[in-house]
Amino acid sequence: MSESQADRTTSACTRETVESLYRTESRRVLATLIRLLGDLDHAEEALHEAFRAALEQWPRDGLPANPRAWLVSTGRFKAIDGIRRNARFDALDDVAEQVDALADERSALDDESVEDDRLRLIFTCCHPALAAEAQVAMTLREVCGLTTEEIARAFLTSAPTLAQRIVRAKNKIRTARIPYAVPERPELPQRLDSVLRVIYLVFNEGYSASGGTSLTRHDLSAEAIRLARLLAQLLPEAEVLGLLALMLLHESRRAARATPQGDVILLTEQDRSLWDRAQIGEGIALVERALQAQSPGPYTVQAAIAAVHARATSADATDWGRIVALYDLLLRLEPSPVVELNRAVAVAMHSGPEAGLALVEAILARGELTGYHLAHATRADLYRRLGRREEATTAYRQALALTQQEPERRFLQRRLDELGGG
Amino acid sequence: MKYMLLIYLEEDALDESERQACYVESTQLAHDLHDQGKYLSANPLHPTVSATSVRVREGKRLVTDGPFAETREQLGGYFLVDAADLDEAIAIAARIPMARRGTVEVRPVIDISGLPGR
Repeated sequence: MSESQADRTTSACTRETVESLYRTESRRVLATLIRLLGDLDHAEEALHEAFRAALEQWPRDGLPANPRAWLVSTGRFKAIDGIRRNARFDALDDVAEQVDALADERSALDDESVEDDRLRLIFTCCHPALAAEAQVAMTLREVCGLTTEEIARAFLTSAPTLAQRIVRAKNKIRTARIPYAVPERPELPQRLDSVLRVIYLVFNEGYSASGGTSLTRHDLSAEAIRLARLLAQLLPEAEVLGLLALMLLHESRRAARATPQGDVILLTEQDRSLWDRAQIGEGIALVERALQAQSPGPYTVQAAIAAVHARATSADATDWGRIVALYDLLLRLEPSPVVELNRAVAVAMHSGPEAGLALVEAILARGELTGYHLAHATRADLYRRLGRREEATTAYRQALALTQQEPERRFLQRRLDELGGG
Repeated sequence: MKYMLLIYLEEDALDESERQACYVESTQLAHDLHDQGKYLSANPLHPTVSATSVRVREGKRLVTDGPFAETREQLGGYFLVDAADLDEAIAIAARIPMARRGTVEVRPVIDISGLPGR
């Protein structure tokens, strides 16, 4: 570090610098410390010690040339120090061994291994041996750096419940020895599925909700997109790009999908001038890249469907034939009655409500989705478009009886009122 | 690190020829693991009709017929292996033939000192 640089580093400036470095670097530093120390809790403690030391020393001595490396080695040093301090409680041999292991670890502050550490952390937090809700909590806590309170608020649980979930997960990582590693090629697709599922779950938690906590929930969607961007940069597999595209294309409609009062506006009725063009542009470019894979996965196909909508200037101008074809493909990849229902809606747009209705009735006749309010709402809508008011009224009532969500209820009630069936 | 791989399945899941095929495949797996230094032990268990449960309460021995719990899937055998981490243990568990029919539960083993044979 040159003299003049150090001179320019004032205390106030550096405190800000430390804070901004915490935001941009703390997750990277943590990820590397976990590898070096082999333990999440030790690494978190070391991370905080390192930043505490930075706050003390940098305003006095100036900013180090490579702050990240400084933070990692300070954190590691503090951890070794801690082990030595506790030495009298342990057998001396063990301590020597532990310290050697830590000091030996020289590999490793080059950018590539640091980025690998972030990927390792993601795979460890999303390990399928952890409970699904623990995977989500661990990812938001360790990879995104959200506080336990923030996560609890976003998921409408109490902070103690969430804290306990995290403690249990950390214990399992330690006790069952869940490795801190990116899975080998043969396991990668399955393990990646688990990571993508966690990211999409976080996104949907932020996207589908409505109500008082909408602000924090919106942040969850942004967090999911940020995570997917990071993953796309570290591991640009087709499905990673597909998921990022899918989330961007959904997110692009956020401003158009509800009235200021929080009432639902259906895709076909949205004001498309409110759609976010930048997100659409990025989403479409990503879908096109993802579709170049030999066999597109389910996220990519869903993103391709969203891209068809995004390209259309109105519901009528939508290429419904292409959407039906994409749903056919999605059904082959992931057979599910919900996908069938969505396909039926597209068929109704493409070939008329009667064709769509026959498909919805067939699903219900098999005894599937009979308790799903959207199946009845879809049926009701198709009857309404066919002018069969009585059947539409009955179906809207069935849908209403099956949903607790306030905005959905208001929407269904409005449709019922319009039919004069109050 | 040691892991106990507990094999649970419905007891009438296999007919005699399937059982024999399972033994052959499991024995081969045990040899493969042994060659890699990961094998500790493995055995199938007789069905729960032959099980006896023992409890000692207030110094009194209570012996009853049958397994600890009456469930559809029962413990039918085990592998005790030495694996680097959970991912390796999971990979071994997935190679146990009964993983395709029943469930293999992976449990890390607590290493306590003072046991014979080490």
